[in-house]
Amino acid sequence: MTGDAGAEAIKGAAPAQLEVRGVTKAFPGCLANDDISFRIEPGEIHALLGENGAGKSTLVKIIYGVLQADQGDLIWQGAPVTIHSPHDAREMGIGLVFQHFSLFETMTVLENIALAMNDVRDMDVLRQRVLEVEKTYGLPLDPDRHVYTLSVGERQRIEIVRCLLQNPKLLILDEPTSVLTPQEVEKLFETLRRLADEGCAILYISHKLHEVKALCQKATVLRGGKVVGGCDPRAETAKSMAEMMIGQKLTAPNRGETRKFGDVRLAVSDLSLISDEQFGTHLKDINLEVRGGEIMGVAGVAGNGQNELFQALAGETEQEAAPDTIKIDGKSVAHFGPRRRRRLGAAFVPEERNGHGAVPDMSLSENGFLTAFRRMALAARGLIREVPTKSFADNIIKTFDVRTTGAGAEAGSLSGGNLQKFIVGREILQDPGVLVISQPTWGVDAGAASAIHQALLDLAAKGTAVLVISQDLDEIFAICDSVVVMSEGKMSKPRPMADVSIEEIGLLMGGLHDLEGNATPVMDTQTQGGRVGQA
Amino acid sequence: MEWIVPFILTVITASTPLLLAASGELITEKAGVLNLGVEGMMLVGAIAGFAVTASSGSAILGIVAAVVAGVFMSLIFAFLTLTLMANQVATGLALTIFGVGFSALVGSGFVGFAIDPLPSLSIPGISAIPVIGPILFGQDFLVYLSISVVFGIGWFLTKSRAGLVLKAVGDSHSSAHAIGYSVIKIRYLATMFGGGMAGLAGAYLSLSYTPMWAENMTAGRGWIALALVVFATWRPGRLMAGAYMFGLISVMQLHAQGAGIHVPSQFMSMLPYLATVIVLVIISSDRAKIRLNAPACIGQAFRPAQ
Repeated sequence: MTGDAGAEAIKGAAPAQLEVRGVTKAFPGCLANDDISFRIEPGEIHALLGENGAGKSTLVKIIYGVLQADQGDLIWQGAPVTIHSPHDAREMGIGLVFQHFSLFETMTVLENIALAMNDVRDMDVLRQRVLEVEKTYGLPLDPDRHVYTLSVGERQRIEIVRCLLQNPKLLILDEPTSVLTPQEVEKLFETLRRLADEGCAILYISHKLHEVKALCQKATVLRGGKVVGGCDPRAETAKSMAEMMIGQKLTAPNRGETRKFGDVRLAVSDLSLISDEQFGTHLKDINLEVRGGEIMGVAGVAGNGQNELFQALAGETEQEAAPDTIKIDGKSVAHFGPRRRRRLGAAFVPEERNGHGAVPDMSLSENGFLTAFRRMALAARGLIREVPTKSFADNIIKTFDVRTTGAGAEAGSLSGGNLQKFIVGREILQDPGVLVISQPTWGVDAGAASAIHQALLDLAAKGTAVLVISQDLDEIFAICDSVVVMSEGKMSKPRPMADVSIEEIGLLMGGLHDLEGNATPVMDTQTQGGRVGQA
Repeated sequence: MEWIVPFILTVITASTPLLLAASGELITEKAGVLNLGVEGMMLVGAIAGFAVTASSGSAILGIVAAVVAGVFMSLIFAFLTLTLMANQVATGLALTIFGVGFSALVGSGFVGFAIDPLPSLSIPGISAIPVIGPILFGQDFLVYLSISVVFGIGWFLTKSRAGLVLKAVGDSHSSAHAIGYSVIKIRYLATMFGGGMAGLAGAYLSLSYTPMWAENMTAGRGWIALALVVFATWRPGRLMAGAYMFGLISVMQLHAQGAGIHVPSQFMSMLPYLATVIVLVIISSDRAKIRLNAPACIGQAFRPAQ
């Protein structure tokens, strides 16, 4: 683990755009960056790979001036620099596209752009420049629209335009594609390649390895705050890079022999729903059937009705008027709340872990009690049975390898991946007949993700109907038997995983309702290997 | 009809303290800080202004002292909530309770003192014009100041870059932080502005409205100012309309009693709050409206993530 592979890159005559030399940053109780070195040449697209907690975000914040390194130097075009603030970074020509957008929903596109610019004197001049950049790079945006009316892809465009306006010499993108359709990703890549051709260095942070393979010329891999290696992604496989990231062999989820599907356990018929969220999506004529033993994936870009679908299925929104639209094991339940649905053997894992899936301020055993008290008989005569409650939580922690100090730890103190393992484990150990799970591995590192995937496959093998709502197509291809796609509140017909391609799903996600699967447009994309993902 | 000019004059004097305090609170809330201590800050401003004016004989010094006292009170609040991350609602309530007690303690020696009220504008010839003379050109300078402040913050929030940054901090403090704005610093400044304006509102009460000191003399105006900000859906223009409407209601209450119309005074005093509740219900039915104007991060503590 000596590590400085990134820094060993050919030291050419011309200075690197940015060289990171021995950067170290410690937080109380954790060494986030430990002697990190690598260099990025002008015009190079450089990938920064690593699991959650590997220190990527800390490093980005140091480069962007949000944090200061304890030790080490940043060398900008051959000269050592100190970057005190994002303002400094922008002045030097460093642009950052944030993973969680740094946008203001109630403001217009133009105002959002102005806020991230160092020198705005005249809004009309800025408007002209925005329109020019949009035209040059093919990023259409209406400057006067409010951000809350925009799709996720359009929001990302604001972030990118914001950076392009400052003529960046180094553009950093932090997980930029996690919210985009495959087609939007391809458009983004075109823009990035073009920028690189113009000499802009690009630091691309992602854990979608097939994208890194398609886009980047060099990669630096971080693990536990250290550089553990560098590589040319074009010469590696997604699997070899993933193993470098997690430092151990990856096992592909074991799907077992071809499963036999049982009776329909979860049925949704003609479900329409007017969302009462202000920016919600209305559901229109949703139909689906999940049989025992089947894992069905619901693909789609976030905000196309997945939240509303989850809430309808979980009983958070009740359909008093149309009880027959949702059936669990043949029983009409659409007018039931979550508890009565759980009593029939259904279990639900929402997307948001803290606050929705778990109460952050409560201990793990209390959180275990909250959904399992009935099925696991953790309550008697209105009182909590302490011993079985604790042993249920201990059982989850043991079975799902949740890294924590114990069942008494507060849920909020766990990292995202660990808490997700706990919540998924809590539902799976209740042996549900129907499991609806939203974004099961969102923000979860590869090791934990493959454990969750395996647990879902094992559960289905025991005859449970599993519905996985996910934006991650790799995940859907890795574990699902069939797939439906949501777009603008409508749902495509289910298709067996075996005869559907990633391009077709991408088109459905973008709203082209080619429901019959005929006449699939031929796509000439370069994102082959899209199915490699976790495999 | 000769009652109409004095009537309008009393409406203006009744509305001005509301407008001053609410303008300050509007800026504070736009930055995402909910300071419920307006009543307390007004009282401390009132006694500071009165005590300094009575001791020094200079109303200008008194007004400066009131503003300083209000800023000082708001700094206590800002330190507790922004630096130490205390709960804003609880801290604001505590600030009011503290202000009530502290002003009574300091003011006990000043009960019964008399001072000259603030001088009114007097332009020879013009101020003597019937009706519009006394209404438009015969007020004291705090009235003119209160109106210019409203126009000032209207311009600030819609036209200036600093105003845009202020709204951004109230809209999403994490985004503002990520782009590189100092959320805590901006919130400190906004809270201090709110405190200064509340102090000024207090000074108006003790130096102009009723030039004397009485314990708890704000009589709930700080709470009305708070209600007014929500009533106005955080918009300066509506804030002014609302302040004058609430001022009108409180004056009508007095006149109704004077005229022998039997309306329970409690009913009249509750009208501003009732109006706020009704407006809230109406604007809540159009959530787009309230969402576009309400600061999304209001009342939330900001901890910069590492």
